[in-house]
Amino acid sequence: MKSGRLLDAGEIRRAVTRIAHEILERNKGAGGLVLVGISARGDDLARRLAVEIERIEGAKLSVGVLDITFYRDDIGMRAEAPEVHETRIDFDITGKTVVLVDDVLFTGRTIRAAMDALVDFGRPISMLLAVLVDRGHRELPIRADFVGKNVPTRKDESVRVALEEVDGEDAVYVEEPGPGAERRVGREKNE
Amino acid sequence: MNKHLLSINDVSAEDVVRILDTAESFREVGTRVIKKVPALRGRTVVNLFYENSTRTRISFELAAKRLSADVINFSTSGSSVAKGESLKDTALTLQAMGADAIVIRHSSSGSPYTLTKWVRGSVLNAGDGTHEHPTQALLDLYTIREKVGRFEGLRAAIVGDVLHSRVARSLSFGLVKMGADVTLVGPPTLIPPDAPAWGVQVSHDIDGVLPKLDVCYMLRVQRERQRQQYFPSVREYSRLFGLTRERVGMLPEGCLIMHPGPMNRGVEIESDVADLPQAVIEEQVTNGIAVRMSLLYLMLGGSSERSGDE
Repeated sequence: MKSGRLLDAGEIRRAVTRIAHEILERNKGAGGLVLVGISARGDDLARRLAVEIERIEGAKLSVGVLDITFYRDDIGMRAEAPEVHETRIDFDITGKTVVLVDDVLFTGRTIRAAMDALVDFGRPISMLLAVLVDRGHRELPIRADFVGKNVPTRKDESVRVALEEVDGEDAVYVEEPGPGAERRVGREKNE
Repeated sequence: MNKHLLSINDVSAEDVVRILDTAESFREVGTRVIKKVPALRGRTVVNLFYENSTRTRISFELAAKRLSADVINFSTSGSSVAKGESLKDTALTLQAMGADAIVIRHSSSGSPYTLTKWVRGSVLNAGDGTHEHPTQALLDLYTIREKVGRFEGLRAAIVGDVLHSRVARSLSFGLVKMGADVTLVGPPTLIPPDAPAWGVQVSHDIDGVLPKLDVCYMLRVQRERQRQQYFPSVREYSRLFGLTRERVGMLPEGCLIMHPGPMNRGVEIESDVADLPQAVIEEQVTNGIAVRMSLLYLMLGGSSERSGDE
């Protein structure tokens, strides 16, 4: 499988810092903000954004983790029930501005599932979306408010985000389809 | 995961871990404002109960409803069964109505297995005669893992009417599968003769067993299944095998006290012992919903076409 690096560690760090600034600018400060990362990796990015926002603004934001498995639109279409991960949102999101954080925006189906999941936790005053990579090919009318990098891709390519916390390095790769790639294509959680 | 859950032996040790891990996510769902997820929307679960049950039926019903499945409760009184319909015809009727899963409780051991020959959907055994009650064993394993944190080398005693207890059978098999040391305790008349073949120890002296335990699991004396006199009197039984305050004092610190319910307070367990902080009987009930959600999700969350071929 051929693979090329789209972003290196420094670029990811600068993208996270810029998104943190953009969120604060859009929200006019950190008031009423909470971050919810979609697992896996969206939660790690959300924690990094929280660290940056605290450094810039001195405000400590609540960070939640959301697993969208139960809200997928393809349950029953795969041979096995999709694996479930942890969800932990131990604060009230009602009346808050929730920034959803994910690593890759692709078809938009993960974000649709995440929005459905979040409204079961409360009624946010608004929801915003921050992603590290937007690779296009949307299948639903969804867009990101904050984007680390827009990457034109072919639909059969796969974009893989590696983060220090889970993968031992910070990098974003685009990978050509190869043998066994069908499983990995997309990297979006609900592709 | 197998298509059906008839016995705890249908699940491998890895499957047990997967079921318990998934159940943890469902515990979280139970703490939300809206305790419901859309995972099994459009699926139909039938509760087919030929024996009285409160907690298991309600637990399965709540589990299926919290997964957004449609639930039909079918109990024998006031139904076609009261008019003389056979299990087979009832099964074929439910099949014709498109049940994706049938949860069955029956007084005859093996009836869930028989049911699998007639229906296309998954069959979950919610207790069959004196045979097995695998979902109870799994919720007990969940509770033990949560409270004690391990199975390997865990020392558990299952005390009381083992002979008539499908819970004792399923839990023994499950605990042994996960690497725990299990001792069955009770009067010789209430210990099944083949018990040593389960991979467990047998003792008739509760006081000798108590000081070495991590889990003390009390069974209900199932008088409705006892067809002969197995012990001279209830009073003598509770004096010899009941968990009294005094016996709780012999348990090591941190030892869990468990009971599958319904309890006969004053028979196998002294009334105020059941209310001690180390008695996790209510937690077992709460965990039962999450574990049954996990099972329904794992068994019905895959593609139905494929599971039909298996």
